[in-house]
Amino acid sequence: MFEPVLLKNLDVPDGHLLATYEAGGGYRALAKALREHTPDEIIDLVKKSNLRGRGGAGFPTGMKWSFVPKRAGKPKYLCCNADEGEPGTFKDRIIMERDPHQLIEGMAISAYAIGAETAYVYIRGEYTLAIARLEQAIAEAHAKGYLGTRILGSDFSFVVHIHCGAGAYICGEETAMLDSLEGKRAQPRLKPPFPAVEGLYASPTVINNVETLACVPHIVARGPDWFRGIGPDKSPGPKLYCLSGQVRKPGLYELPMGIPLRELVEDCAGGPLPGRKLKAVIPGGVSAPLIPERGLDVGMDFDSLAAAGSMLGSAGVIVIDDSTCMVKVATRIIEFFHHESCGKCTPCREGLNWVVKVMRRVEAGQGAPGDLEQLEALCKGIFGNTFCALGDGAAMGLRAALAHFEHEFVAHIEERRCPFH
Amino acid sequence: MTMHEKIEEAAARYPDQRSAIMPALLIAQREHGHLPGPVLEEVADILGVERIWVYELATFYTLFHTEPVGIFHLQLCDNVSCMLCRSEDLLRHLEEVLRIKKGGTTPDGLFTLSTVECLGACEMAPVMQVGDDYHGDLDIARIDALLDRLRATVRQATGADLVAPGPPGE
Repeated sequence: MFEPVLLKNLDVPDGHLLATYEAGGGYRALAKALREHTPDEIIDLVKKSNLRGRGGAGFPTGMKWSFVPKRAGKPKYLCCNADEGEPGTFKDRIIMERDPHQLIEGMAISAYAIGAETAYVYIRGEYTLAIARLEQAIAEAHAKGYLGTRILGSDFSFVVHIHCGAGAYICGEETAMLDSLEGKRAQPRLKPPFPAVEGLYASPTVINNVETLACVPHIVARGPDWFRGIGPDKSPGPKLYCLSGQVRKPGLYELPMGIPLRELVEDCAGGPLPGRKLKAVIPGGVSAPLIPERGLDVGMDFDSLAAAGSMLGSAGVIVIDDSTCMVKVATRIIEFFHHESCGKCTPCREGLNWVVKVMRRVEAGQGAPGDLEQLEALCKGIFGNTFCALGDGAAMGLRAALAHFEHEFVAHIEERRCPFH
Repeated sequence: MTMHEKIEEAAARYPDQRSAIMPALLIAQREHGHLPGPVLEEVADILGVERIWVYELATFYTLFHTEPVGIFHLQLCDNVSCMLCRSEDLLRHLEEVLRIKKGGTTPDGLFTLSTVECLGACEMAPVMQVGDDYHGDLDIARIDALLDRLRATVRQATGADLVAPGPPGE
């Protein structure tokens, strides 16, 4: 039986308060890290754990940390990406609302490892309860000496600031987030230079997702072998899965990485609504290509989903049943990406504008013969030609919808109406 | 604390004043309800930054409103998870009972109705944010009850159906 780690305080009364967190062993991993390990040893522990970024890209966290130059001659920064904007995703919000100290302890250990004395938590402005809880937790941690100057009697000093976003999905892209933190419009930067070398204020910067940072205290406390023992060796650990859409028991589930998608949807989340059949599932937020029902036996980890032509992304699992028009779903997703395109590069800004126009007319039963070829031509013009992954995500998602549900698109064009209405 | 003091306190968190524009705009919007030109200029002056830097952020980010919004800003999510849970029916109902279209404000200035991208609360879809608060697992009955509660808050505060301008909960 898998024992929840990240969500162990989920239903504990006052789980967001320091006293509760300490009573459950909280901040002992920070004390252990400062007392028993050098910063390099912490980086090694995290490397050995095979922890991969939970924000979506799955980059090895320890390796990311090791790219930070040891002697930079500049301050180093840790940024926590809490701009959870990927539709279908709500895990980071729940960590911050229910167990914010877990994140703060993870940030303190991570900052110690990379040599940062300042962190900014970039949190979406809509998350007012999470912001309030995190502010309160930071103040509590300061008062108790887990943050501030010479933490727990060591030479390590560290402060955490909250920076509220203001409603731009693109801020989840790490370099756009840095520009936003610098007070600019959020637009992705060309890489290299990578943030580890030249990030916030042109200083070495590590950007990690909330859930990634929340894993760190557990790796320090229980050791990298424990972490690697959960799920597939190349993509291990406890994982938060966000279940939503047309499913009986939507909610946040913590289970091992690599659990079959079918088990997650049918057993954990209770399967489709009464009288309905599963049609397709989006496994990792709307940037992840959908998987039709017959493909649901795939494992929920970075490598298995990539091999199946999709991605784990943010593990925002959106369940779609047989009452739903896939052209409508695909159109809504494209409208989202079009709305959130930052406007910096032409293929994304102009390409998605055209895709939206074609999709809307197909959905409305006014599509023309040749529209599907037109959509593929537009995807080809976007995919691989944009500054950041937003355009790629849009094109991949649309291609998957076209590949698996072409008959629904064709029906809209031939019957000149939506067959689901 | 005055708005000026709050902005200066926020600015102290950054090595560069330009970083404080976003927090300053959020503070100013709480104070004024929206961000008209003179407020943007005031923010620029307090921080000592270029006015164009403030204008570009106020118009880039969707949470900033350069035009007035109602006392209660109803922000209904219509992204995929909420759409699959029939948020469209809720939008249609809200448009009917408030007699405004999406994007509009009721003549009494009480409600502005918007649809928004994912609020990150899909476990309680369909969901709507009003001011700081999330309201989830919505259906038409719950929407009606919520509107009644919001109207009652205003009646209690003012003793009338029509109210003075200013954001809620301040």
